[in-house]
This record gives sequence, C-alpha cells and structure tokens, in this order.
Amino acid sequence: MEYKAAVESYTGKVREVAIGKGPKALKIGGENALPFHFFDEGSIPNPPKFALQVFDSPPEGWAKWVLEPFQDVISDPVKWAKKCLDYGADAICLVLESTDPAGKNAPAEGAAQLVKKVADAVGAPLIVCGSKDDKKDAQVLSKVAEVCKGENLLLGPVVKENYEVIAKAAAENGHAIIAQSPLDINLMKELNIKLSKVFPADRVVIDPLSSALGYGMEYTFTIMERTKQTGVIFKDAQTQMPIIADVAGECWKTKEAKENKEQGILWEGMTAISLLLAGANLVVLRHPETLKLVRETIKQG
Amino acid sequence: MPIKGTDVVKRLPEAGKKNCKECGFPTCFAFAMKLASGGATLDKCPYLTAEVKAELEDALAPAIKLVTIGAGSNAVQIGNEEVIYRHEKTYFHPTAIAILISDKDSDAVAEAKIKKVRDIQFERVGLKLKADLIALQHESGDKAKYLALVKKVCASTDAGLVLICTDVETLFAARDVCGDRKPLLYPITKENIDAVIPRVKQSPTPLGVKASSIAELVPLTTKLKAEKIDDLVLDPGSKNLTEGIRDQTFIRRAAVKQNFRPLGYPTISFPCFVAKGGLKEALAASAFVVKFAAITVLSDFDQHSLLPLLVQRLNIFTDPRMPLSVEEKVYDIGTPTEDSPVLITSNWALTYFIVSSEIEGSKVASYLLVKDTEGLGVLTGWAAGKFTGDSIAPFVRKCGIEGRTKTRKLIIPGLTARIRGELGEALPGWEIVVGPREASEIPAFLPGFAANLKK
Repeated sequence: MEYKAAVESYTGKVREVAIGKGPKALKIGGENALPFHFFDEGSIPNPPKFALQVFDSPPEGWAKWVLEPFQDVISDPVKWAKKCLDYGADAICLVLESTDPAGKNAPAEGAAQLVKKVADAVGAPLIVCGSKDDKKDAQVLSKVAEVCKGENLLLGPVVKENYEVIAKAAAENGHAIIAQSPLDINLMKELNIKLSKVFPADRVVIDPLSSALGYGMEYTFTIMERTKQTGVIFKDAQTQMPIIADVAGECWKTKEAKENKEQGILWEGMTAISLLLAGANLVVLRHPETLKLVRETIKQG
Repeated sequence: MPIKGTDVVKRLPEAGKKNCKECGFPTCFAFAMKLASGGATLDKCPYLTAEVKAELEDALAPAIKLVTIGAGSNAVQIGNEEVIYRHEKTYFHPTAIAILISDKDSDAVAEAKIKKVRDIQFERVGLKLKADLIALQHESGDKAKYLALVKKVCASTDAGLVLICTDVETLFAARDVCGDRKPLLYPITKENIDAVIPRVKQSPTPLGVKASSIAELVPLTTKLKAEKIDDLVLDPGSKNLTEGIRDQTFIRRAAVKQNFRPLGYPTISFPCFVAKGGLKEALAASAFVVKFAAITVLSDFDQHSLLPLLVQRLNIFTDPRMPLSVEEKVYDIGTPTEDSPVLITSNWALTYFIVSSEIEGSKVASYLLVKDTEGLGVLTGWAAGKFTGDSIAPFVRKCGIEGRTKTRKLIIPGLTARIRGELGEALPGWEIVVGPREASEIPAFLPGFAANLKK
C-alpha cells in the first residue's frame, strides 16, 4: 500500500486584527489553516503573540516568585510596563483592578488617565482589561476609549450586558475590542452577531473564557479548537475572529501555582501551550519566564 | 473510519439473508450492526469461511491498534483511538509518560529516577495520577553494563519498560532479562528488521519501529504485519516539535481518516531528544499529549514538573461527553472544628475544585458537603431534581456532619437560593443561609460569616 500524506486545504480565513500604532503595532490572526498546521495548504502569516500583565495598583496575594521579577516596579505601572517589554512581551495587558466596585472602586476618569500615561510612555500595543464588573466596565472602558482616542487599544472584556456602550465608544475612537462569552460557541456567535450591527467585525478578538489547567482547561481547549475549526473549515463568519487566551489570572490563583515556582510556571506554560495548539492567537501571561519558555517551545524548526 | 454495519452484512452468510439466529441476534443485519459498533465478536457466527472471517476481522479492527506494554497490574495500554479531535467523541488511552535512564547515568542518578517513577503520585478526582514507563537507553557500548541496569530496574520496580538499544544482540539479551514484562523494543529500523523478526516471532513483545519519515515507516510495518507481528509503536523520526506536530497529525489522519492500515498504530515521541532540558522538555511533552503521541519520553522530572503534566493529560483525556465527578461526602478544607462553617455544593469535579480552592483561598477552615448530582453543576443539578430540598436533606442527615460540628447553619450556593424554603422545611434544626452566587465571591463572604459563627 502506498502512503500519500493527507494534506488538507481550507476555505475559511481568520480575520486579521491590528492592535497599537507605530512601529510596535502588532497583527494577530489572518490564518487560513488550523493552528501549527504549517504542513497543510494555506498560510499562518502571524505567529502567536504574547502579552504580559501590568496592574494599575500593587497586586495582593501573589506568590513571591511571581512578584519577584517586578518587585521594584509594582507601584509604578509605567515602569512595570517597560519592564515587561524588556522581558520580551509583544504587548502589555493593563488590568484596571482598582476600578472594581467590590474593591477600591476607583473612578473611570483616573483609570483612563493612567491608560493614557502608559500608552504615551511605552508606545507598545496595549490590551486594557476592566474589573469584569459589566456595569462598571461600561463606564471605565468607554472613558478609556475616549481619553486614548487613536491609540488603537484592545479593550475588554465586552460582554452581552455592556457591548453596546463599549463598542460605540471603541468605534468612535478607533479601538479594537475583546468579545467575551462564557464557554459556549452559540453564545459566542450570538454576541458576535449583535456586535456586527454596531461594530466592524475585523476589530473584534474573541475570548471564550480561559480556565487554568485542572480547573476547566479542557472546556476552554475544546471551545477554542471548535471555534477555530468552525471558522477555518466551515467558513462561519461569526467565529472567524482571532482568539485571545487570558490565562494569567486563572493560573496563578490556583493553589498548585502558589505552591512552588517551577510548578507555577509550568501551570501557566502548559495551559498556554494547550490553548495555543487549540487555536489561541494572543496569550496573556503573568510570569516572564513562562513567556520565554513558551515562546522557545513553539518556535518553528 | 472503520467499516459500516451495512457493509459488514453483505459479507455474512447468504449475503446476510441466512438469519439463523445462532449468533444470538434476531437477524444477520442486527448482528452486523453490533459487529460494526464493537458490541459483538465474529466467533459468534459459525458459518463464516476462514477467508471471510480474516477479511472482516481486519476491516473491523480499530483504526489504531491497541498495544499493551508491560504485564500485570502495571501494564500500560495505548492506542485504540477513534478520532482526531477530542470533541468528535473522546480520547481513550492517555499518553504514557516515560522517564529515560541511560546506562551512562551514575548509579545514584539511575536510582533516583527509578524512585521517582515508583513513588511520585498524586490523587485527583479519585484517580491515581503517576508516570507509567521507564525507558532504558544503551549508550555506554558495554553490554554488561546495560544488562546490569535492566536487572537493577527489574529488581526495584515493576513499571513497564522501553528498551532503547541499537545493537540487536544487546537488545535481545536485555529483553531476555525482562521478557515476562513485555517491554517495548526500540528502535526497529530497516537495518535490523530482518534480524529482529525471527526472535520476536519466537517470543512476542511490542516493537517500536523507527524511520526517518512517515513514508519510510510504511514498508517496515507492512513487512512486520505480513509476519503477523503487529504490536507496534511508530516513531517517524521527528527532529523537533514542529516536525513532531506535523508527523503525529499525519499519522493520526492516515489511521483515522484514510483508514490506512500500515500507519494504524500508536506513536512514541521524545521530548528528551528534541527539547533538551528542564521545563522546556515538560512543555514539549504537554504539546505531544495534545498532539496524539501515545508515549512521551522525558529525560527527567520531579514532582513539580510531573504534576502539571499529569493534570494536563487528565484534562485532555477527560471524556467530553461525561462530566467528571467527585465522591459524595464531607470534605474538610483546612482543619475545621466544631464551630466552622458548613457549605454545600454539587459533585461536578469542576464545581468542587473551584469551590474548594476559593474556600482555601479565604483561609477559613470549613466543611464542604458535596452532594451527588451525577456530575452536574449546582444549577443544572437543581433543574434535574438532584440538588433540591428533598434530596439534600437526607444527605445532610446521613453524611455525619451533625456529629462533627455544633454549627447548624448550612450555606447553599447563591444560584440555588430558591431551594432555601423547601430545604429548611425538610431539614428541621438547620438554618439555611444563601451564600454567594459565584465561587469567586467566597473569600469576601466567608471570613465575616465565620466570625459571626464563633460569637
């Protein structure tokens, strides 16, 4: 029997989304092949990109090995962001933790000014994350959009409860958004359809909700794998957006990651590798060593 | 894809119209459908000619051969996978994790590695997680040294073995030391295959077949199959992870989609050779767990690199059609005492992990009652009638919590606030408290609640 490699080709293509401006701007997505399938027909023009997290206020409850690389900068988001770039991050994920109504409940205006300050100082693509309170995020992220007009930020999470407000502000001020849905491909499509009426689809990144290894990672894995296949193989326009995997927070809050440094880095690293293989285009990490290891591991050749 | 029932029936006696019922099924057609789905075996039909039987046996065989390495309770089964992606059905046999010991390693290093495979294990969702195999590599050129290593490993552990040795004489001498364990012999190549065949026919053991490409594996497995040797494991000679993903994907496609028998075997991968060193090796292994390798060999691990890999493997190989569940009982979080809070949740493993880790994070020693909801989350469990007042009350009574604590306040998940009244009625003596809707709110809720309890 003669063997003939089953090279496959695909008819669907993931939209390419640009984030940031100037020389450090980055592009994600744009592929018309399954993840890491360099051997099939089609192309994967943009390799996966990595962001490191920066918090707007000194984080609490972090294991000392996560704090250690940032020890001298945790009170200064600008320096912290610069340090992340030194560690090799493609983008910064600025988390506006202090705006959380269950916490410090800091006002939107101050948060927006901080984002502007970081954006001006680092010149690297910025992902801006709210506190995951949908009402507060609507205020905060729209304010950020307005104050940082033209910065081409990636704002999120945008959910079905607040998409209208944030999408409008993002569209008017030239930003991209993260559309987040809770681990369900139909809810994801529903949100994307609603969004498509008020926001350009090629400015949307999807977040099917990332979970950590041992805490539901298999659900995220399969949703991402199916999302990518639905877009690339079956040409479903509502799943043809690049995917973001924000694994940092979920991984580092597990007891396993807090137990031991090596174990924590692998917890974050294996979650990232698994989700990259499932189809993530942009991964948010916390530890610079994870970033370095994951990037070297998936390097082609 | 394996053969369909409608194709099987045409090969049965009188083209499937005999319907003698001797197989125990009402018609040949029913028997054929069962055969195709794996629910019946060919020997139930007494009228098949040897030729048809052999033909059907081959057609009905799984796309990827089931191969067993090792013997007894530590035998590891690999292969028998039916799909490419886990959402298409499920994966069946988790990637076997192996540690590599070379005969150039010092005694101390070798002993430490043996100990790791034997002793490092974890429990999760009632399952015991551990590494599976020891790969013994002949590098020293000294046959006696290699045999001594094999003997030492056999004497101190009953783990399954992979024997890695390019010298056929030494390989089979080592096999003879541990033949009863059915070790995997590796590498079988185009150079040594003719010397290997007669020895394996005499005393069967699984073979790891290696070539420098997928295409070059085909004549080797075809030749072995013709000699009725088909407990095979494939190594397409991938030189790095990129090639590894490519080769593993093509082999899985060939077996499952093209039904190409010469590649219908499980595979072996070597992060120890393609990603030398430490954490990168563990990460490469995790990529091979996702990308179809049936065995992955690491040069070393410790408890902190093995645990993430085992949990990742558990995640990928969890049956997506069936929620993982934990045992119904009282779980102690920290060291709870007679005035610690009592919480209740459902037994979906994910619910349990998240709730227990948030309670742990809140640093309040507590009792967590886990009610059997057949692996459903609290809200779906309630909807299915498995997390209701009437079903929770008897569990609270019989689980023994009343003898362990004076607390008579039971915290229920905020999502099921509606059962508060019915549960209160069904459970006299207890006050039902509605807790947070999300587990992530537990650390904000529990310390204050516990402080009030102690007053």
